[in-house]
Amino acid sequence: MKVGVVTFPGSLDDRDAQRAVRHAGADAVALWHGDHDLHGVDAIVLPGGFSYGDYLRCGAIAARSPIMTEVIAAANAGMPVLGICNGFQILVEAHLLPGGLIRNDHGDFVCRDQKLRVENASTAWTNGFTVGQEITIPLKNAEGGFIVDAETLTRIEGEGQVAFRYLDVNPNGSLDDIAGLTNAAGNVVGLMPHPEHAIEPGFGPDTPDAMRSGTDGITFFTSVMQSALARA
Amino acid sequence: MPTIVVEVMPKAELLDPAGKAVAGALGRLGIPTFSAVRIGKRFELTVDGEVTEAVMAEAQQLADDMLSNSVIEDVVRVYVLEGATSGAGA
Repeated sequence: MKVGVVTFPGSLDDRDAQRAVRHAGADAVALWHGDHDLHGVDAIVLPGGFSYGDYLRCGAIAARSPIMTEVIAAANAGMPVLGICNGFQILVEAHLLPGGLIRNDHGDFVCRDQKLRVENASTAWTNGFTVGQEITIPLKNAEGGFIVDAETLTRIEGEGQVAFRYLDVNPNGSLDDIAGLTNAAGNVVGLMPHPEHAIEPGFGPDTPDAMRSGTDGITFFTSVMQSALARA
Repeated sequence: MPTIVVEVMPKAELLDPAGKAVAGALGRLGIPTFSAVRIGKRFELTVDGEVTEAVMAEAQQLADDMLSNSVIEDVVRVYVLEGATSGAGA
């Protein structure tokens, strides 16, 4: 399976995302924001970072970059697309996911090992989890406050489009503690925490068992491989 | 050359953490006159040529589609800058 990772000017975690893809056993394909070519990939990751310097709004210019024409068409045709942090902001700006992400309510950058509860385990990127499962994924952002109008919030809550919720601490003022969303079809998922930073013992978040031993993030990448098998 | 100004503000009902931070600083500076601060954006669009109705419509469209995000912001004003005194200079 080939998983493309798009590099935008200002992407930071594209190499980490590629590494996570390979660690899960898939082939990572580097995609370039200025191209109109997905190079035959089966799934796409929009990585974290500060694309285009976060000018205008986080993710706003990246959402209108050349390759997004193909990414949006592929997403609407059912291809799995995962947006991590800045990638989540790009998905929202591209209208592939509802709502918006604004500056954290406390005004500060936050970096922590964040506990999450899995709310939807039937998406292309979460089918390896179980509903209600508690996982720990590193979070690092200044503009992760999820907001949406009341009517849409009721709809996405009612239709199971909340994929992840913050546990213990709401780190940024997100409505309903929302950490991540899926689209109605379940192929597009976006979240503020960084699963690609929790894939290998020794380099992940701390757990009660051992320092840096958390690997909950790898399940995102094994899930998408499983969903590709199921679709084949 | 004519300049069209687009003003965008965070929606009134939404939290504006940046504005709140400035308002907090005013309190610490002992300035009680201003009770709240909200921070928005001002875009200056330079037009090569005359500002026709079609150009204004295009500016409004751009303001709605790209310069603002209607989930979190409102376009409050789109107008032609009189007197050509844009921040960018001549």
